[in-house]
Formats: sequence, structure tokens, C-alpha cells
Amino acid sequence: MTPYAAPELCADLEAALRTRDLAVGYRTRRGRRAVLEHVNLAVRPGELVCLLGPNGIGKSTLLRTLAKMQPALWGSVELGGADLRSITHAELARRLGVVLTERVAVEALPVRRIVELGRYPHSGWFGRITNRDRHVVDWAIGAVGARHLAECDFSRLSDGERQRVMIARALAQEPVLLVLDEPTAFLDVPSRVELMGLLRQLTREGPLAVVVSTHDLELALRTADVVWLVMPGGELMTGAPEDVVLSGGLGQAFEGRHIRFHPEERTFRLLTGDRGDAVVHGSGLRASLATAVLEREGYSVAAGFEACALSVHAHESGWRVLTDDAEWSGADFASLAVFLRGRRTAA
Amino acid sequence: MTKREAVILGGLVAAVGVVFLLSLALGSTSIPLRRVIMALIGTLPDEDTSGIVVTTIRLPRSVTAMLAGASLAVAGLQMQTLLRNPLADPFALGISSGASLGVALVVLGSGYGAAAAFGNAMGMRGDALITLAAIIGAALVLGLVLVVSSRIANPTTVLILGLMFGYAVSAIVTVLVGASQPERLQQWAQWGFGSFSGVTWQRLRLFGPLTFFGVLIASATTKQLNALLLGESYARSMGLAVRRARLLTMLGASVLGAVVTAFCGPISFLGIAVPHLCRGLLGTSDHRALVPAVVLMGSAVALVAQIVSLLPGSAGVLPLNAVTSLMGAPIVVAVLLRSRRGAFAG
Repeated sequence: MTPYAAPELCADLEAALRTRDLAVGYRTRRGRRAVLEHVNLAVRPGELVCLLGPNGIGKSTLLRTLAKMQPALWGSVELGGADLRSITHAELARRLGVVLTERVAVEALPVRRIVELGRYPHSGWFGRITNRDRHVVDWAIGAVGARHLAECDFSRLSDGERQRVMIARALAQEPVLLVLDEPTAFLDVPSRVELMGLLRQLTREGPLAVVVSTHDLELALRTADVVWLVMPGGELMTGAPEDVVLSGGLGQAFEGRHIRFHPEERTFRLLTGDRGDAVVHGSGLRASLATAVLEREGYSVAAGFEACALSVHAHESGWRVLTDDAEWSGADFASLAVFLRGRRTAA
Repeated sequence: MTKREAVILGGLVAAVGVVFLLSLALGSTSIPLRRVIMALIGTLPDEDTSGIVVTTIRLPRSVTAMLAGASLAVAGLQMQTLLRNPLADPFALGISSGASLGVALVVLGSGYGAAAAFGNAMGMRGDALITLAAIIGAALVLGLVLVVSSRIANPTTVLILGLMFGYAVSAIVTVLVGASQPERLQQWAQWGFGSFSGVTWQRLRLFGPLTFFGVLIASATTKQLNALLLGESYARSMGLAVRRARLLTMLGASVLGAVVTAFCGPISFLGIAVPHLCRGLLGTSDHRALVPAVVLMGSAVALVAQIVSLLPGSAGVLPLNAVTSLMGAPIVVAVLLRSRRGAFAG
């Protein structure tokens, strides 16, 4: 066995999910309208895949097709080597779990009962819960860190906690693949970070593969193993987050008139105007915060000690601004911002 | 099932037993419970006429009430879960209007003479003919709604569809009512009052098995109903064949509603109110506890409505339909005011 060729080859054989020349979209009376075409993707076991792309580009349609919630227009989806069309919904539910954006509203049902619903494809006609089912449910609740919520009423949970429970329910299906369609859409920032962290942790613990669509680009770039980026033209760019950053695809997909992607920091910035160059003296947090204020007010902050019209010194007790002919100072960043805005009206 | 749920279900069983005995004892003349029980187990002396009252009049009536109540309640629960709407009931697809159209055509329509002659030739009495007409009317509307709704994904749209069919069919009934003779209207109104008394032992031979097995089949859908609590997308992702489950559940619930309407007339509100009552009582949406509770509670509520409608100790009778509505409306209002969040708060 050659150490270099082998991993690629093995991974190819045992892909958890694979699409072959897949086209997704809608069937209308007039025919088929494809949203995405010629999609060739593979998910390996234990991988966290983030699906990124602008709104309305077909991310949900792709995920729904991967989860057999709508039929493929052309091509095929294979789960564990078997064509999705040959797998019944009940069989599929034992191998693939789904979490959706929609807020689930259920009154008067404890968390444990919701997670038990995930045993649906494993239980008999009457849905009797066996000891093994109970064991799996306990494990799933623990895996999403919701043990303290197990007996709580689902309707009393926060949105973030609800999504955790919905993930536990999907885990209780004991799937090899988890598909999540914008699970963080309604969540606050800490819950988003936690949820993505949870998904990452789940893929680290076992063979579970996760495909998740999200609008949280920066978070996705930091947590994903693989990024699938849908470009405005409908073609897909795939690879490690860093490869996608390097290719410049993110800029192409998301940059607009007022927004630029900064590959070094892997963040997007708002373009607020062009008011000339400035230089910041100082170090540490204060200096970088002063830079942030300047950029927000429309200055490009130059690195180093180049000669600029405006130079800002950030120091322990506040800030000091020097121009060619004058000097100002203040204690906090609010006053710096007010000063910079005042200069604009004066000019 | 939790201990609390088991205790509540046990209590409901006891309540049904008590109300059942009361419904046999109370009526235009009241019969002491001791003699009711003796009549039931056959130890009452033959010369005691109250034994005949109990076994030939009150017993089939009470059994009918229990079966009808259980049917409407479990069908109402199915519809509410399926359509994700607190106001859904077994008649949500317009079958009640369909049944009344069938009855109106027979009772009010000019075809009454012909239909009666046909019925006589087939050996049917008038009330059997009305039952048949109600079933045919309900089946026609149900078939139409099911065919159209199978093309619709959104549960709320299905509900609106049923409502629209109901309106349209009711309009035809109104036209028939407007054009009919007063003496026939009387018979029509009588049907609209609803009654458990019309089902004799003989008719119970058909009504009994239909509703009994209907309720049994409906009770076997708890797993599907639980999965549907999370919405149709999630239910499908967990392996439920949603379209088939929806069609079969709507069909089953509607048939139960139609059978009860055909034999007992339109009985409103029971199907809406009882599921709400049980959710409130049990504090859960889990159908494994809700279904048995709804069956028991439906039986009990129907028996109570039956007792109240007879105004025990007097000769008067209230229309059954009025009693169920008067009892049911406050319950629905109270439940809706109480639940400001969760599944049915919107």
C-alpha cells in the first residue's frame, strides 16, 4: 500500500454520500427547471461540510434533494453506495437525519419525548420504546449537552436549546449523515457559535458526517472541514476553507459595492468611503480598536510609519491625533469618532 | 406513559363507568341504581317494567352515545394533529354538510316519494333511508375533497378547502330548505337536533362494529400522529410516508364522523372540545396518552350530554346538538385563552 495514494482512494470508496452529475430544481407543468446542475460532491465519514452561497441560489434545494425530501431532476445521489431512489423513506431515516430552519412549535411535550420521536424508524407499529431505544435517547441527549433539559417542556426552551434538541432527535435516528438546513438562522450569536461547535464535536467523536448550510461565513470558515461554495453562476467550488479563500471564490460570491472580503482575516468589511490615509501608532488592543474606528469613519489605515496626513496615537489614557498643523486628544473611542466625523463636516 | 398519566386514565375509566350507570338510571323517570344493575345482569324479576326500559331503550342509547362520543373525539384529535389546527374536527373536510345534503335531498326534495318507495321496496324504514342518504352525501363530498387536497401540500389550505366545500354544499341545502313544505321542514329540523335515541339494538348491529373498529384503527395511529407533531417535513425525515398517512388518517377520521352523523345526526363541538379538554387534563401532546384519554373522555362527555338533554325528572327534551355546543363552546374558548404559546397559539 502506498502511503500517499491510499487515503485518497479509500476515501473515495467509502464516501458517506456522493452525487453523480446531479441536477436539482423543480418540476413545473412546463418541464424541469434546474437550479443547480452537474453537481459532483462527496462527503467522507467524520467530515463537517458547510454549504455556503448567496440567498436564493439553491442551497436548500440541494440539501432537500440530498435528503430525498424532493426528487433529483437528473443524475443521482448515493448514500453509502446505494442510490437514494432505491432506499425507502423508512430505511433512509435510519441512515440520514435532518434538521430544518423552521421553528418547531409543540406544546406540552418534554424534551425526552421529542428525542424519542427520533426512534421512529427503529420502532414497531405502535412505537414502543425498548431499553435499547432509551439508551440511544440518553446518549443523544448527552451528546448535544442537553441532559439538564431532558425533563423540561420543549415549548419553554430558547431557540438555541430547541435546535439542540432537534439535533439530538436526529442523532437518535442513529444516522451516518446529518443534513441541516440553516439551523442557526433564528439563533443569537453565542448560540450560533455553540451550535457549530457542537456539530464539529459530533463529527470528531464518530463516523458521523454533517452537511450544514449557513449564512455565517466567518464562523463556517473557522469550523468546517470542507466548504461547498455555490457561486452566483450556479457552479460549485469545493475544498478546505483555506483553499476556497485562496481561490478568491468567496469574494466573487459575496462581494458587493460596499462590501469586501479580506482573505487574511477571513472576514468581510464594509466600505465606508475614501477619506485618505491614516496611520496608527501604539500597540495591542488599543491600537487595533483605534484602527477599527478609523476604518469605520472611512480612512484607510496604512501599516508602518509612512508619512500620512493623519496620525493617531493610541496610548494608556486615550488618544492623540496629530496633523500637519495641529494636535487633539481625548479619553475614549467615542470622542475619537466624534472628532473624525467633525473633521469631515469641516472639510 | 408516566404515573400521572396512568392515574388520570384510571380516573377516566372510573368516570365513564359512573356516568354510564347514571345514564341508565336517569331519564324521564329515574330508576334506582340497584335495579339498573340488576336489570343489566338479568336478576331483575320479569314483572318489573323498568328492566325493559333499561335494556331496550336506555342501554342501546347509552352504548350509542359512548361509541359516538369516542368516535368523534378520536377523529377530532386526528384532524387537529394532522392539520395542525386547534379548530379542526372530524367534519373539517365538509362531510357534515355532505351528510346534511344527502338527508335534505331525501327529506325535503321532491324525490322523497320515489326514494321512500325505493326504500320500502328494499325493506328499509324511513330512518334507515336517512342514514343511507347521509352516508352517500358525506362520501361524495369527502371523495371530492380528498381528490383535490391530495394535490395540496399545506395543511391550512386543506382546511380552507374543506370549509369552502362545506359552504357550497350548505348553500344548496339552504336552497332546498327555502323551497320545501313546512311539514317536511319539521322532519328536517328533527334530524338537525341530533339524537342518540334513534339507534336501536337492531341498528346498533351495524353502527356498533363500524364505530368500534373505526376507533380501534384510529387508536393504532398514535405513532404516526406523534411524528406529525413536529410538522410534515420532520415526520417525512423520520421515515413516515406523509402523503399516505395523511390520506388514510383523513379518510378514517372522516368516515368515523360520517357514520356518527348518519346515525345520530350532526353532533357539533364534541370533536373539537374533547381533545382540548384532554390535552389540558394530561398536560401532554403525546398521543400514546392522549388517544386513550380522548376515547374515554369522548364517551363520558357524550353520556353527560345525553343525560342533560333528557332533562332528568321532567318530560322535556333539549336538542342534543344544542347541549354539546353549549357545553363545548366554553371549553374551546377557555383552552384558546389559556394557551398563548406553543403548538396552537399560532
